[in-house]
Amino acid sequence: MAASSDRNPPPFPATEDPGAGRADMADGDSDEGEDIFVSNSNNPVAVSRGVSQPDHVNEMPPDLFSEEEANNTTARSNGVHSDDDNDLFAEAHVELSTDKPGSARKELSTSSGTHPASSITQSPAAMQPTSLEQLEDEEAKDSFDVDVAVTNPEKVGDGMNAYVTYKVSTRTSLPMFKSKAFSARRRYSDFLGLYEKLSVKQSLHGCIIPPPPEKSVVGMTKVKVGMDDPSSVEFVERRRAALERYLQRIVSHPLLLQDPDVREFLEREDLPRAVSTQTLSGAGFLKMINKASDAVNKMTIKMNESDTWFEDKFQEVESEEQQLRKLHALVDSLVNHRKELCGNTAIFAKSMAMLGNSEDNTALSRALSQLAEVEDKMEQLHQEQAASDFFIFEELLADYIRLLGAMRGCFDQRMRAWQRWQEAQSTLQKKRESEAKLLWANKPDKLQQAKEEITEWEARVTQYERDFDRIGVTVRKEVLRFEKEKAKDFKSQIIKYLEAMQQSQQRLIKFWEAFLPEAKAIA
Amino acid sequence: MMEEVKEVTPCLSVHGHNIKVTEVLKDRDTLTFLIVSQKLSGTGEYHVDRTYDDFEWLQQQLFFQEDMPGIEGVIFPPLPAKPQVNASAKVIKQLGFLGLGEWQPYCKALEAFLRQVTAHSILSKNKAVEIFLTSSDPPGRQRARKNIFNRLSQAVEEMRKEGHKDVDEFFQTERDHNLVLTGCTKTAAERFLDVVLTEQKIAVASGYFSAALHLCVEPGENPDTQAFSKACVKLSEVFDSMKKNMARVAENNVSTLGLGLDLESRYQEAEKEMLFRRTCKLVELETAKRNAEKAKPVKKAAMEEVRKAAETEFDLICGVAKQEIALFHSVRVEMLQQALVQWCEKQLCTAKESADQFGQHLQAFRGMAW
Repeated sequence: MAASSDRNPPPFPATEDPGAGRADMADGDSDEGEDIFVSNSNNPVAVSRGVSQPDHVNEMPPDLFSEEEANNTTARSNGVHSDDDNDLFAEAHVELSTDKPGSARKELSTSSGTHPASSITQSPAAMQPTSLEQLEDEEAKDSFDVDVAVTNPEKVGDGMNAYVTYKVSTRTSLPMFKSKAFSARRRYSDFLGLYEKLSVKQSLHGCIIPPPPEKSVVGMTKVKVGMDDPSSVEFVERRRAALERYLQRIVSHPLLLQDPDVREFLEREDLPRAVSTQTLSGAGFLKMINKASDAVNKMTIKMNESDTWFEDKFQEVESEEQQLRKLHALVDSLVNHRKELCGNTAIFAKSMAMLGNSEDNTALSRALSQLAEVEDKMEQLHQEQAASDFFIFEELLADYIRLLGAMRGCFDQRMRAWQRWQEAQSTLQKKRESEAKLLWANKPDKLQQAKEEITEWEARVTQYERDFDRIGVTVRKEVLRFEKEKAKDFKSQIIKYLEAMQQSQQRLIKFWEAFLPEAKAIA
Repeated sequence: MMEEVKEVTPCLSVHGHNIKVTEVLKDRDTLTFLIVSQKLSGTGEYHVDRTYDDFEWLQQQLFFQEDMPGIEGVIFPPLPAKPQVNASAKVIKQLGFLGLGEWQPYCKALEAFLRQVTAHSILSKNKAVEIFLTSSDPPGRQRARKNIFNRLSQAVEEMRKEGHKDVDEFFQTERDHNLVLTGCTKTAAERFLDVVLTEQKIAVASGYFSAALHLCVEPGENPDTQAFSKACVKLSEVFDSMKKNMARVAENNVSTLGLGLDLESRYQEAEKEMLFRRTCKLVELETAKRNAEKAKPVKKAAMEEVRKAAETEFDLICGVAKQEIALFHSVRVEMLQQALVQWCEKQLCTAKESADQFGQHLQAFRGMAW
């Protein structure tokens, strides 16, 4: 933060030193909603005005990103080629509206009026006045350099050709991006296309490339036909959340983040339509993985695993996948029962309302009607609980299962790399043998060719061996990274879940406390 | 409410309001209920064991109480349907809330029945009640006589009488009202039962999830995999708590509002039956009147006798019925109020406990070292 004090920040209504303690800022500028950026590595960018705390995006993404984008991407054209972060303040940023704090997922009119006050630099709008505690929290956590959010699903077109686009918003401090915050609209096939591109890259072999959510013909057809019924709404929300997690996993992966395709996906205004995304339905994806495994099993040259680590890990992965599948099925059953409870509670509430209406004892009648209302509120609670179970656990487990599948794919890639190396070695051997034969047969011109081929294959052998080693290293790193993320992820989700449960119990207590006097009042 | 007592009417020697059905014993196909009542004088208790057949005997005795004209105007405390060990699905459905659990709700319903009988000014004086509660030998378990007071066994053509227009506005209103309430209450009870059954399913599902999580221990010394395993085990505890909480919520529902709605529903049916009996008498009376009017002089006097008798009887019944209805209205409101208050208090208590537990779990998770 200190770095920024060297600069002369343009006059900003309420603060002097942008680099000063965040706490002060929050207090001083609560109207303006100072954005506080806590950076880890890229610290010259004490872009205090710059990026709002990305860390909390996971909890409330829309708030962070709901403002500026369109203004950003257009006007900010070439203003900020932020290779030199220190110049940020020297550049003219676009004026942004600060008066729309965190509107959750509403379709914000992108042309919100620009902030009259500051003409030069402007903090990309505030989320909301960040509380002191929140700031302290943010300080304690590591922050991401990039954060993405997927919001605002919109149906485009009509009938069977309709599709849904999502707003993908990015906020970052990294120089490799053209701007600090921007967004683009993407459709599902774009996400699949990204996955396809990443999967085939040699450079990424061994990396666990997070798989996107599966295709669903049934789900999408319902949405195409009409987007209003609850199951379609749920489907779209489920997909939106899954796409968001998908992107978040990609950008939190150091290697993937560097990939130009990822950058293009996030930044580019219009993406060429991805076509070959046929293979990636849920069943198709699994088939692909399993086919690869089978191919490896059928390999004639059995791999002599010098390092038992890989063998052990592979077993672990397989058994873990089994366990997770079982857990997933159990949560699914739990979620269904909760939904059933919602329905039953609603019906019961109605029947109590009817009973209350028919009752002629006034106090009793009123109490029964109150009861009906309490039950209605409880239905709401049950609904939320079901959603909580679902989105926190069921989807998380589904993600892990898919990731484990991807991990198995990595192991396969390593096997294939080994195979390639072995095959190259045996080819080299054959070439040497034929060279020997040629020497003996004394055919000088063919000999020359043979020698050239040998050199070529020697190079290949070396290359493939290096590839194999490299993949081995990558896979190991990836597995460890996955395990680390998984543990962290899991814990934070559980805490979120418990907090939600505690809250709903508190609300339940309130309902009962409100009802008790009504019940007692029956004379 | 009989003020004038011509002879010494048998009085109960026990308190009625605190009769308890303390236990139920299963013996292959039979259920035996243990009933405990407090002696009026002194500090003794009566412990008797009775089967459902004994209860039915008691009910018969009450129905066929002699020397009690106008008894058809009594709203008889409803006896729950017959229980069965290893009951069929149909029987379970019929029993509703009473078929749940290990017969505890059923015991409570029997308890309520006995308390209502002993609280009833007319019925409590029936000798059978004293015998039932105090005799160490089970009362005569003769074959139950055909219960002519039970409308279910009434002939189909008698059903037509149900809609017969009344001569008294009070009763017509009561009949209409009762019809509506019976339907609503029955529906409400059934819907509530559905809620309870789903809650039980959730408890079971939470239990399964908890058990599965407990098995999610991964091998290896990698601190991250160990952390994950630890989290699974802790989460398993959370879902175990949730299972217990849900089970308790369901149980609270059954033992308070569930039983309350069930009793209310059966009581409304009992009132319906009484009103129907009265209506039948009304029809009988009107028939007798017509017969008397149309009778040829030869038979006229006899018909007049019949008519007079019918009228007297009918008036008596109406008198008793009116009192019973008034009593019924106040008793049922009180009963429902109790049920609602208890329900609310129990659920509030459970919710508070549960919130505390979640708080503890939350703390434990936050404090876990990673």
